[in-house]
Amino acid sequence: MPLLDVRDLSVAFDTDEGRVDVIDQVNLQLESGETLGVVGESGCGKSVTALAIMGLLPRPSGRITNGQIVLDNQDLLSKHLDERRRVRGRRISMIFQEPMTALNPVQRIGKQLVESVQLHRPDVGKDESLEECVKILEQVGISEPEQRLMDYPHQLSGGMRQRVMIAMALIHVPDILIADEPTTALDVTIQAQILELIAKLQQENGMAVIFITHDLAVIAELADRVSVMYAGRVVEQSTVTELFSAPLHPYTQGLLNSIPKLEGTPKTQLETIPGLVPSYDEMPSGCRFRNRCNHAQTLCGDRVPSLESESNTHHVACHYWGNLSERIQ
Amino acid sequence: MTESRNAPLLEVRGLTKHFPVRAGVIPRTVGHVHAVDGVSFTLHQGETLGLVGESGCGKSTVGKTLLRLEKPTHGTVLFQGRDISAMRFRELRELRRDVQIIFQDPFESLNARHTVGKILSEPFVIHRIGTTQERKERVAELLERVGIDRSAASRFPHEFSGGQRQRIGIARAIALRPKLIVCDEAVSALDVSVQSQVINLLLDLQREMHLALLFIAHDLAVVKHVSDQIAVMYLGKVVETRNSEDVYSSPKHPYTRALISAIPRPDPLHKGERVILEGDVPSPINPPSGCRFRTRCQFAQAKCEGETPPLEEVTGGGSVACHFWKEIENSQLKSVGA
Repeated sequence: MPLLDVRDLSVAFDTDEGRVDVIDQVNLQLESGETLGVVGESGCGKSVTALAIMGLLPRPSGRITNGQIVLDNQDLLSKHLDERRRVRGRRISMIFQEPMTALNPVQRIGKQLVESVQLHRPDVGKDESLEECVKILEQVGISEPEQRLMDYPHQLSGGMRQRVMIAMALIHVPDILIADEPTTALDVTIQAQILELIAKLQQENGMAVIFITHDLAVIAELADRVSVMYAGRVVEQSTVTELFSAPLHPYTQGLLNSIPKLEGTPKTQLETIPGLVPSYDEMPSGCRFRNRCNHAQTLCGDRVPSLESESNTHHVACHYWGNLSERIQ
Repeated sequence: MTESRNAPLLEVRGLTKHFPVRAGVIPRTVGHVHAVDGVSFTLHQGETLGLVGESGCGKSTVGKTLLRLEKPTHGTVLFQGRDISAMRFRELRELRRDVQIIFQDPFESLNARHTVGKILSEPFVIHRIGTTQERKERVAELLERVGIDRSAASRFPHEFSGGQRQRIGIARAIALRPKLIVCDEAVSALDVSVQSQVINLLLDLQREMHLALLFIAHDLAVVKHVSDQIAVMYLGKVVETRNSEDVYSSPKHPYTRALISAIPRPDPLHKGERVILEGDVPSPINPPSGCRFRTRCQFAQAKCEGETPPLEEVTGGGSVACHFWKEIENSQLKSVGA
């Protein structure tokens, strides 16, 4: 039984132009201790999925229209707000792309960290909280933690701020950490530091991680399993090695082929996926990728492909995935 | 490319740009940001120089000085043999016809209140080229060249996606048939599937128009894909210049080595040895003495603190600025941290 089981989750937003279904019947399973990579381009719904799991969808415009989010056999969505708040931060924590916007710019780091300690353990005194904060800052590799507690967020570099965010997320030793593009705004040498840190903390605490990113290379580096999202749906799910060695969905194949590779020959034409990601008001019927797919048939417009299993670990939502892999071989 | 070997299109020598730091109630200069310090390179027609480095290394400032959007503090920038820092108004206008720039976020560089047609005909208006009718025709041709329908001329920038806006930015840049385009993180904000389309477009245009490109980006895989030569910058200085295959296959400078080992590979089975750099890039207001990388370098010696390493020629082409690159290559130097 998975630690976290997201079943048929759909989220809609109310906009000036009417209701927009941003994610449609998304299924994700997370086993304890593992890293699940969620990958997709902007607007594919990967962040909205994370916010829905956290119970942080913007209100009143965003709402869950279907599905369950099951943690330890209990559906979070059937619970009262207070109970969900207790889960958030203690069982499931989240870190974001831009720590500068997630941290309060006019409060010292120390005050913000103490606040998150006391949020779930109000009986803990200030001095004791501060001691804990120093310990956790050390754990995330911040030198001179006592001094840093006195700093404001703007006094820290981007990498340091992300470390503070991670420290804040880990204060209550959650079972699940959701990381939404945590290294996208960072330089590659700093990204390497942060990825190493997350892997280290995961080993120490045994927590499971949902790692959301647009960067397939980062996924290859740290994920155990991967879900590929396109236009609000999961189109492929597999172990990381299978996904990169034998991708089944034409979108995944196109995505992998279009990244410039360090081993490639400079100044050659890259493979591309034609066209653009469709916007939500002009979503194609049936398979949402069909307008950009070289293999599309009439069936693709008529019926939404469901996730089919190639093996126990590899699932794909394409009517013709069987024929495609033959064609590639 | 034999003819281009004669004279470089662009020659940059000892380019330096310091920005004053002002503080106090009555502001006075209390120091300088050493954004760019003694950068030299040449660029020939039809070639691409990739400029890589982490944020704050001065790569964008180099790009801006080539159009004289920033005036260099010292050093010379020769475009077709003429020094751009001595140029007056009329000559500058000529320069900016030959040298164009594309930025990361095309939405910020396209006037939101103008139609795409007006944005694209502006270069012709400024340089007094063609009649209204001819300009219209040229705009339509430009749009088609970058893969956008000609009907787009009557629409506004916000009606387009990021990738299409970047195509419009490219259309504007090539309108006057420039000789050099500075691409400052031009594809960094785009999604993978769109990014490859735009890279292909740039490569096509380069071949067609015999364009020189200065390609500034932090994504090393992208830079390698588009560049002939690559210059790696750290804290305002070039630490290594090599042809783009060599930088990746045999990096010499310890910073380049760390940078390349830090790039995640899209291959779960890739097992490379990773050099994790400690700490952050130091402040460019008080850069470290001697070699600027020494505070994060695992091989740093006393000499690195006292003497600035000059760019030394490497056998097989290119140059590197490190006192000990040979010793590091032959594993004669033990890393201090290990």
